Amino acid sequence: MLWFKKDKGKQEKEEDGKEQQESEGQEKEEAIEEEGEREDEKKKKKGFFSRLKKGLSKTRKGFTSKVDRLVLGKKNIDDDLLEELEEILITSDIGVQTAFRLIEDMREKVKRKELDDPGLLKKCLQEEIMEILKAEESPLDVTGSVPFVILVVGVNGVGKTTTIAKMANGFKEQGKSVLLAAADTFRAAAIEQLEIWGQRAGCKVIKHQSGSDPSAVVFDALKAAQARGVDVLIVDTAGRLHTKANLMEELKKIQRIMGRELPDAPHEVLLILDATTGQNAISQAKSFKEATNITGIALTKLDGTAKGGVVVGISHELKIPLRYVGIGEGMDDLRVFNAKEFVEALF
Amino acid sequence: MFDSLTERLNTVFKKLRGHGKLSEQNIKDVLREIRLVLLEADVNFRVAKDFIEAIRVKALGKEVLNSLTPAQQLIKIVNTELTSLLGGENSQLKLSGRRPISMMFVGLQGSGKTTTVGKLAKFLKEKSHNPYMVPADVSRPAAIDQLQKLGQQLKVDTYEPKQDENPLVICKNAVSFAGVSAHDIVLIDTAGRLHIDEELMQELQTIKETILPNEILLVADAMTGQDAVNVAGKFNEMLDMDGVILTKMDGDARGGAALSIKAVTGKPIKFVGTGEHLDALEVFFPDRMASRILGMGDVLSLIEKAQATFDEKKAVELEKKIRKNTFTLEDFKDQIQQVKRMGSLEQIFGMIPGISKIKALRGLQPDEKELVKIEAIINSMTKEERLRHTILNGSRRKRIAKGSGTSVQDVNRLIKNFNQMRKMINKITKKGMRGFRGEILPS
Repeated sequence: MLWFKKDKGKQEKEEDGKEQQESEGQEKEEAIEEEGEREDEKKKKKGFFSRLKKGLSKTRKGFTSKVDRLVLGKKNIDDDLLEELEEILITSDIGVQTAFRLIEDMREKVKRKELDDPGLLKKCLQEEIMEILKAEESPLDVTGSVPFVILVVGVNGVGKTTTIAKMANGFKEQGKSVLLAAADTFRAAAIEQLEIWGQRAGCKVIKHQSGSDPSAVVFDALKAAQARGVDVLIVDTAGRLHTKANLMEELKKIQRIMGRELPDAPHEVLLILDATTGQNAISQAKSFKEATNITGIALTKLDGTAKGGVVVGISHELKIPLRYVGIGEGMDDLRVFNAKEFVEALF
Repeated sequence: MFDSLTERLNTVFKKLRGHGKLSEQNIKDVLREIRLVLLEADVNFRVAKDFIEAIRVKALGKEVLNSLTPAQQLIKIVNTELTSLLGGENSQLKLSGRRPISMMFVGLQGSGKTTTVGKLAKFLKEKSHNPYMVPADVSRPAAIDQLQKLGQQLKVDTYEPKQDENPLVICKNAVSFAGVSAHDIVLIDTAGRLHIDEELMQELQTIKETILPNEILLVADAMTGQDAVNVAGKFNEMLDMDGVILTKMDGDARGGAALSIKAVTGKPIKFVGTGEHLDALEVFFPDRMASRILGMGDVLSLIEKAQATFDEKKAVELEKKIRKNTFTLEDFKDQIQQVKRMGSLEQIFGMIPGISKIKALRGLQPDEKELVKIEAIINSMTKEERLRHTILNGSRRKRIAKGSGTSVQDVNRLIKNFNQMRKMINKITKKGMRGFRGEILPS
């Protein structure tokens, strides 16, 4: 499990292992090209799949091999191939403009004869996307302050509460004390939902009655966190569409109150995005950034067939650090964002 | 946001000028633009492709090629085609048959099933039905709690699952209870699940086979991207659903998912969710959805929104004032507050078709802060000053600037703008709307 800072050594080890695996995979790939034998496709897929196994999902296989199949048997890169690649990019929600730009770059490279091997096309494209994402790959470090205050925001139904539970669980495993604040006072039973998760993760929840002022909950939670000396305070907020001016004001108010009670707080404003969301995610990121100056993004629901390609456009345009990906409903199904894994799962 | 289809096509057609009419060759560019608009609205790649093909066939017919205004013609075709694709037969709920009628709500996690069940219960209650809500979501923490709370709010009876009852048992017991009580419609809220989760999809199938619901409704998020086809396709394949409810339509998503879902399942979209409150459920209008996907603005929604937020009494008063030209700064402030209540300016702008055509407004991001400033300035005036702005001399202006935290220049600018506005209003009332149109909109 690639968990947080404590595991850094472990993580590096794992990565090393992965690179080894990968270079094996590459060798295999080259071998295939030389021999040009279709029988080897299976083997190659297996190598590729084993890398993904720990990572992302069950149904990725079909998509993954799509590019490989596309490339296999082609002698040179032609417009058809590029167009089909463009389709794959667009269907991963990467966005029309970004997809066009990436494919155009490839076309240029082909023209300048820097790229003529179809087998390298995928790698080249992956590297290009990786460059964008790598810049924003930065795990959340909660050691800077006690309490370290995390404000979690996002539109309705993206998985804020679930992500909070997973984060809390992760911090607990690192031996940190965690306090949760139920500042979603709007939706029916949102407080109860957080409480149940809190019990499961073994942390206390500061709550008021349903319908009360979320800022008041936050105030109390901050006081409690300071008094109890907890390491991390995670604040759950009500889901809100980014186009609702009054609700965005409410977030600003929460942030103001935090800053007043504890300078520098919130230390992290985490925007949760749903991987199934299309181009609207860009609009969400923009609006939330404007209102609350978000400092990180977590991408949830990557365990379905959605690819969440829209974060490529967001990274390119808005430069917001990518913190986590959510890959399931279990407590430990939250991973530190890894650009390499993400891109490999993309196509 | 301002990239409306109209504007984009106009650019393409401008390039065509000199070539005379539309030909098979240059229609390619035009279709490409339409395709881009669809893709940007999150219409699935394949669906967009098929749609464009259909348009190509239609557009090559004589009516477009020979038309003097091919752009308009083409837009019309696209719009009509899209509307008819989105609409179609039978978008009503099937409410006839043996009581109790049962409806099942299915969908991914976080698409808004529970809230939608609450909204529909309210909708049906107001139509003098006696709905019964059933929480069959045993996996998400507090999901049952959530529906029960909604039940209390709405005064709609809600089934109370016993400990360890599984979803199938819950549904069976609830339906048989509704049969003996006076409830005529049972609304079943199922747990959110991934379409690729075989086990959980199987569970839905079993529930379907056991209770034989009259309606199975897929609740889908209007913001969904390319994946909408996979999700809707799979749910339809497993459950042969009866319709779709699109949620979160109150955001600024263009909602291409609507077209993707319709194209892939052929099932009608019956309702749209337009807000967090329990009355925010509307019947689906294909024409509005079509213009929204095409980014052509949504005038009808704008008008409705305006009607809902504007105070009618105040509007009548205002009209009188405008006619007599006694429009004061106080009224101006009222107007600003009313506009603000409608939502963000950018959102309102986006709903007005053709606004992107006005050169002066292009690239202009409406500044919400400016409005706050104007309000602050007016708030710092005395009542008399608001009613008679002519008495604002230098020292008064200085005081106002100080009081509102702005500068004298800001105050001056506001007064200048206000004067201009009065002049314009004067012109309109004298010449009627025609004078106004000549001034601002290119006819």
